[in-house]
Amino acid sequence: MSSLTEKDRPVVQLLMNTSTCPRCILRFCGVGSQELYRRPYKDLMKDLKEFLKNNEEKEDTVCFDVVDPPCKRIRLEHTEEGPDDLNHNGTLQQIPLADDENTATENSAVKICNVCLGILQEFCEADFVKKVCRKVNSADYQFTSFVFSVSLPPQLSVRERAAWLLVKQETGKLGLSLSKDDIVQLKEAYKWIIHPQLSEELGVPADGKGLFEVSVVFAHPETEDECRFLATACPDCFKPAKNKQSVFTRMAVIKALEKIKEEDFLKHFPCPPSSPKNLCVALEIQCNNGAIFVAGRYNKYSRNLPQTPWIIDGERKLESSVEELISEHLMAEFKADSFNFSSSGREDVDVRTLGNGRPFAIELVNPRRIRFTAEEMKGLQQTINNSSDKIQVRDLQLVTRSAIGRMKEGEEEKTKTYSALIWTDKAIQKEDIAFLDDIKELKLDQKTPLRVLHRRPLAVRYRIIHTMKSEYIDEHHFRLHLKTQAGTYIKEFVHGDFGRTKPNIGSLLNRTTDILELDVE
Amino acid sequence: FSQIQHNNFISCCRICVITLAEAHPLLQNGKTITSVNYQISANCSRLQNKVSGKSKRGAQFLTELAPLCRISSSDGEEYTIYSCIRGRLIEVNENILSNPALLQEKPSTEGYIAVVLPKFEESKSVTQGLLTQKEYEEVLLKRLNSSS
Repeated sequence: MSSLTEKDRPVVQLLMNTSTCPRCILRFCGVGSQELYRRPYKDLMKDLKEFLKNNEEKEDTVCFDVVDPPCKRIRLEHTEEGPDDLNHNGTLQQIPLADDENTATENSAVKICNVCLGILQEFCEADFVKKVCRKVNSADYQFTSFVFSVSLPPQLSVRERAAWLLVKQETGKLGLSLSKDDIVQLKEAYKWIIHPQLSEELGVPADGKGLFEVSVVFAHPETEDECRFLATACPDCFKPAKNKQSVFTRMAVIKALEKIKEEDFLKHFPCPPSSPKNLCVALEIQCNNGAIFVAGRYNKYSRNLPQTPWIIDGERKLESSVEELISEHLMAEFKADSFNFSSSGREDVDVRTLGNGRPFAIELVNPRRIRFTAEEMKGLQQTINNSSDKIQVRDLQLVTRSAIGRMKEGEEEKTKTYSALIWTDKAIQKEDIAFLDDIKELKLDQKTPLRVLHRRPLAVRYRIIHTMKSEYIDEHHFRLHLKTQAGTYIKEFVHGDFGRTKPNIGSLLNRTTDILELDVE
Repeated sequence: FSQIQHNNFISCCRICVITLAEAHPLLQNGKTITSVNYQISANCSRLQNKVSGKSKRGAQFLTELAPLCRISSSDGEEYTIYSCIRGRLIEVNENILSNPALLQEKPSTEGYIAVVLPKFEESKSVTQGLLTQKEYEEVLLKRLNSSS
């Protein structure tokens, strides 16, 4: 049904009498034409009143928005005869009709709707739209579309229920049935009205899948306590409040409304709902952009740089970190609130990362800027590389969230290449280490290294050293190149970790060995 | 002279490895270790220690005087090795069960006795209660001088 018909008349009259606003009236009559809701408030009010006065007209589809202005004026002059016809029995309260007075009344303060508390009244007006857009523009975001999300006070659901019960009773008397599903949802109607206006002001379309979100939280302090009775009627719907938040969340209230019996509801809540003195207030208007992902590979040339900040008891143990050196510039360019750094594996503070570098991804949270060309990304990469000789990045690019999953996937399956500088206590000659080159697929048992045992569970890991290549340096030093399974503890393979990694270089050479330097490719 | 003689290494980050100290009788010349026994009482074997998870739940809790193991030497002596620090027992070295000579050949590395993790709150006080190498040597010197 796209507009009002004859059978809506009782409902319209009833709701008008109880100070429900025109748009809510349309909702309860199941009117689905978005255009109707967008009409100016004053026009809707006039037309509804006109509709009510036309009860002598034909019964069929009265398109109530085509009433002729001159006719309306004539009607108004005859209001003396009108009122009694329009009074219905069965209104629960005798409310004097406000629509038979002169235009002075129409210009006086609009009565705040007892169902939507002003959401479909004041908050559909240009002033509010301008207020929202001012906030958006001052926040200085880059966006190509918007999502407008609205948080309504929970008591609106309670009032909606009360209004529905009222209407149901009325239509029941007349032998008509009204289904809850026919009622247009308040949020939906609100978006029909406000989206085009926001779109016009912001210059971009509304898109539910978009990344840029404008959110408004509405509250109505005057009626805050209206939900309380639900707690006594359905106590198990309301979980104890975390922190200082109210127990009466929208979800909890809706759940309780589903459970509560009609009789109990009517016992505790006025039907129709009372007229409020004040409008809702828009508590906060916030903007948020969806996260952006930047990926690349990094090389680490310092033996004194942790991957993530090293802070113990509030004290920083080592200056800076890989993630800070990279993200510092990204944060500045993208103007994000915060970042999350992740990488495919990691290396110790004292290990260099050579070769192609380690894949990493940074999630930039709530970025103000989102558009970057390939050229600009290259420039950003250069900036990062110029700022530090401890790290270098390459292949810097924008990626999707799924890229992070893919990056992490290969972590376990990869083969890693290392170069270790090894010291021996007893002297070695070239021949003593040559045999290492011939060992293939060496199986290791590695107990959790002592150096990480305080924060990892005790376990045994089986890992494989695929190949080794030795490079003799002097009687107490040689370099060893290794290709190993991912997750192998190289340092422990070299020094044996109190015999808890078996076999190890020390046991293979029958000497005490230690690792002086380690590089990963 | 029945002083308890051990030394402990802090590997880093609170983990402690219990090993025999240099001056321990078992490490002096002429001693041969015949066996190592982790069954320290009828109800308690250190070998049955099982830990799970990051926080090492299920670990046997050790006080300073908790015995870790008893070591027998060929001359009929038996030495009880005590924990000397408070904390959770993470593991005992099973290699010295099968190869007791390891205890004497590599007492500070592969011949370790046990790994203990003190409580987070106590780790600082544990560290402070230990002697450095230098302090240890001074203690030994004093003992030598006093007993002569």
